Amino acid sequence: MAARPPEGDVAPDDGRLPDGLASSRQGQPLSLYLHIPWCRARCGYCDFNTYVPDRFDREATWPYLTALGLELELAARLLGPRPVQTVYFGGGTPTLLGSADFAWLLGRVSALFELDPTAEITTEANPETVSPRSLENLRRAGVNRLSLGMQSAVDHVLAVLDRVHRPGRAVEAVDWARRAGFDSVSLDLIYGTPGESAADWEVSLEAALAAAPDHLSAYALTVEPGTRLAARLRRGELPWPDEDDLADKYLQADARLEKAGLTWYEISNWSRPQAACRHNLVYWQSDDWWGAGAGSHSHIGGLRWWNHRLPRHYSARLADGLSPAQGREHLTDQQRRVERIMLDLRLATGLDRRWLTASEQARLADPLARGLLEVRPIPPDRASADGSADRVPSGQALDPAQRLGEDSAGRLVLTPAGRLRADGVVRDLLD
Amino acid sequence: MNAPSPGSTDPKIIRNFSIIAHIDHGKSTLADRMLQLTGVVDERAMRAQYLDRMDIERERGITIKSQAVRLPWTVEDQTYVLNMIDTPGHVDFTYEVSRSLAACEGAVLLVDAAQGIEAQTLANLYLALEADLAIIPVINKIDLPGALPDKHASEVAHIIGCPISQVLRVSAKTGDGVAELLDEIVRQVPAPVGRPEVAPRALIFDSVYDTYRGVVTYVRVVDGELSHRERILMMSTKATHEVLEVGVIAPEPIRERALGVGEVGYLITGVKDVRQSRVGDTVTIATRPASQPLAGYRHPNPMVYAGLFPIEGHDFPDLREALDKLQLNDAALVFEPETSAALGFGFRAGFLGLLHMEIVRERLEREFGLDIISTAPNVVYRVALEDGSECQVTNPSEFPAGKVASVWEPVVKASILAPAEFIGPLMELCQSRRGVQTGLDYLSEDRVELHYVLPLAEIVFDFFDALKSRTRGYASLDYEEAGQQEADLVKVDILLNGEPVDAFSAIVHRDKAYAYGVEMAQKLRKLIPRQQFEVPIQAAIGARVIARETIRAVRKDVLAKCYGGDITRKRKLLEKQKEGKKRMKMVGRVEVPQEAFVAALSSAGETERK
Repeated sequence: MAARPPEGDVAPDDGRLPDGLASSRQGQPLSLYLHIPWCRARCGYCDFNTYVPDRFDREATWPYLTALGLELELAARLLGPRPVQTVYFGGGTPTLLGSADFAWLLGRVSALFELDPTAEITTEANPETVSPRSLENLRRAGVNRLSLGMQSAVDHVLAVLDRVHRPGRAVEAVDWARRAGFDSVSLDLIYGTPGESAADWEVSLEAALAAAPDHLSAYALTVEPGTRLAARLRRGELPWPDEDDLADKYLQADARLEKAGLTWYEISNWSRPQAACRHNLVYWQSDDWWGAGAGSHSHIGGLRWWNHRLPRHYSARLADGLSPAQGREHLTDQQRRVERIMLDLRLATGLDRRWLTASEQARLADPLARGLLEVRPIPPDRASADGSADRVPSGQALDPAQRLGEDSAGRLVLTPAGRLRADGVVRDLLD
Repeated sequence: MNAPSPGSTDPKIIRNFSIIAHIDHGKSTLADRMLQLTGVVDERAMRAQYLDRMDIERERGITIKSQAVRLPWTVEDQTYVLNMIDTPGHVDFTYEVSRSLAACEGAVLLVDAAQGIEAQTLANLYLALEADLAIIPVINKIDLPGALPDKHASEVAHIIGCPISQVLRVSAKTGDGVAELLDEIVRQVPAPVGRPEVAPRALIFDSVYDTYRGVVTYVRVVDGELSHRERILMMSTKATHEVLEVGVIAPEPIRERALGVGEVGYLITGVKDVRQSRVGDTVTIATRPASQPLAGYRHPNPMVYAGLFPIEGHDFPDLREALDKLQLNDAALVFEPETSAALGFGFRAGFLGLLHMEIVRERLEREFGLDIISTAPNVVYRVALEDGSECQVTNPSEFPAGKVASVWEPVVKASILAPAEFIGPLMELCQSRRGVQTGLDYLSEDRVELHYVLPLAEIVFDFFDALKSRTRGYASLDYEEAGQQEADLVKVDILLNGEPVDAFSAIVHRDKAYAYGVEMAQKLRKLIPRQQFEVPIQAAIGARVIARETIRAVRKDVLAKCYGGDITRKRKLLEKQKEGKKRMKMVGRVEVPQEAFVAALSSAGETERK
């Protein structure tokens, strides 16, 4: 979760949703995000909402975990019974918690919602915080998907990123996770770290693939303001990431991963068939999720809100019987349409052309001609299953007169070169 | 003190003088001291007046200017009237200086005891000598620790050819020697001579727009008498106006019945624009006009042109209004609307010189709060075409394409004063600016005056900065127009993706075309962000490309992560970027942030300086 909260309206103290919103979403699947805001040490590039406590014991964690439980109760009260299909423990370093804490939190989820027996239950993990034993316990607590922050397999790259684990540790952890019975294991990599050569990146890719993960995320190193890394770059201690280098490494990764049978499905994500992260797809498809924990963001039917960032403040509000939400925004139909275009184009499933206005459609010629975009047919199952056209919110800019004929059907999918310029493509396309 | 009253002052007791001095050599301090010593302002009032100036302006409804102050001074029981006439201290205003000097019979040459004479002072001194004025050389700041009064006195004595003993020494700060100086002014400056009985003639030596009163015209009466309620005739424009008020400044404006022979004062006619009351023009009486105007009137011709554009496009109407207002007080400023593909709507403005341009720019920014960008200054070229016709080019965009027989550029006679140790670097600089040396004089053992004929175009382009940086700030420059010369000049266009960017076209000497082209192309490559496609930047003379750079296509423009909390942030960023996109200037299909043009223009010439 990003460190700085956006600007929005003030959220009500009781967390109350706009009239009719909860009932209109009745029965819709729900996802839950639980934020665990602690790390043993802070990495230089990281701007997530995470803290390094002086000591890490029950006394330190209990008020926060209690608050998480209270927020889940608040969610259940406001939303009513909803089927929960994915749960995601993110951080921070969730695996700093013991498996008993996971079991307790998942127990609260089961008690408060209808936790689907096939639900995807993920936790993020730093390789150095897991062992064969701890993974077995996590699995027993109900977690079935593991996302390991590997970042790199090269010593000097890990050093620049302030990662303390041995390069081989993440690969080992994948093996342990398999033995422990996890359904799906994912590895996270970062490319473009100052000092990382193309050969270094290849070493990391090969090492990751050797572990045969079900899913792999590869992120371009993003220099976030206010981080130690940003300060070091400004002081000239390290060279700034280079646009061309990042682009080359992205294409290098895409080619290598596809060859290994991991298919691209979102800008920075690849997976084996059927192993895409269901939880993250909820974000990208603007389905409903409740983010519990300090600084977490939620989205329910066009209402987005975000919690107070400081864990102490967050816990205190819940202890006082108040909603932990700090700000929120109720999206207009036009904003929802913009988000739809922005998010769908990041996905391999692409954007249904019918979301575009006539003038936006006219502008498609340029990115199509440049080989940034392709038009693909809409798979019949998808068109009927989620009814893409039905997802067009009513009363927004797409009035019937602007709708194009059947020949405009199709979904727009970015090519590899286009993915690298997704933001620019969207910017140029939008009215 | 019983001062003789204006309008009936015997010319024999009038002394009209100017102070010629370089900026910072203490002219204002000396003038203030004179005001005090002559008793028109006492010591306490001096400060009070200074502080309350704004209030006084509001109360009296007139802006107090010290263009010409009337001072009484008694020598051997005779009270004299001293008129101290201010001169603009500015290289671009040589003509205005010459008119102020023409209103005088004498000049105080004021030189800083620590710094010695500067080029502009020397140039103004020559103007005063040409006008046959009595020169009173004065070394100021003799109280300063670093003062070298003997050295600079001998330098000054050498220049004007007088015994060193005649060079007065004062400290305007302490007042030391100022009374003696006033005595000398009475003794040495001749009384004005004129014919009281003939048709009146008065010289306009300054003309200032006042918010409350309209134009206040400062005049020196040569013949006859000017009184209020008469209709006057401006002899160059043939315009007639009724005189609403005449008076003198002492140092507050005092309304009087009339101004007689030799007197200096102001007149107000209700005219709202200084162009109707031009410096150098002759004022006479409409009912019985003089047959001949006073000699030396010249219509101010702009020497340098540049485009002025508001950085915010919506400031265009404000810029027009501001220029209109400035023009009320600046007869030399001309402008007309101009449209640039790169910079939008603005004005093509003409100036007397580079410094005049800078003054105008500064006033637009300071007084009117406008953010503006100016294109590179351009001199006025005369282009002869093969068919025998000719045209004037004040804007590179007007430069004819092809069929050019010859191009003529304005040149100036420049004089540079500097310590002798800098002769080498100065000669190198002038050579690199296509200068031709015409002389070299030693003013003293270690100070020289270099004479050059230089193309004006080379001077308007950062010459001052180059001069100062090569001489650690010690050199000073003055120049005057000296006709035209034929030169091998070409127009260099800068093309972005094949489209010329008008704001960067320049007329340069063929030998420098390549350097200019490379410099601009490189600069733009660094300033223009990568585009969705590859964009060539070319410098070309006509169809011939002389330099090329490439802005590479964007390869990566995507945020790697977009999870729950990033979505709002990302959408807001997108909205902001869309807004920013609207502010982009389009050159063909290339989006250029306005800031890139501004940065390229503001740093123009920087690399050439080396």
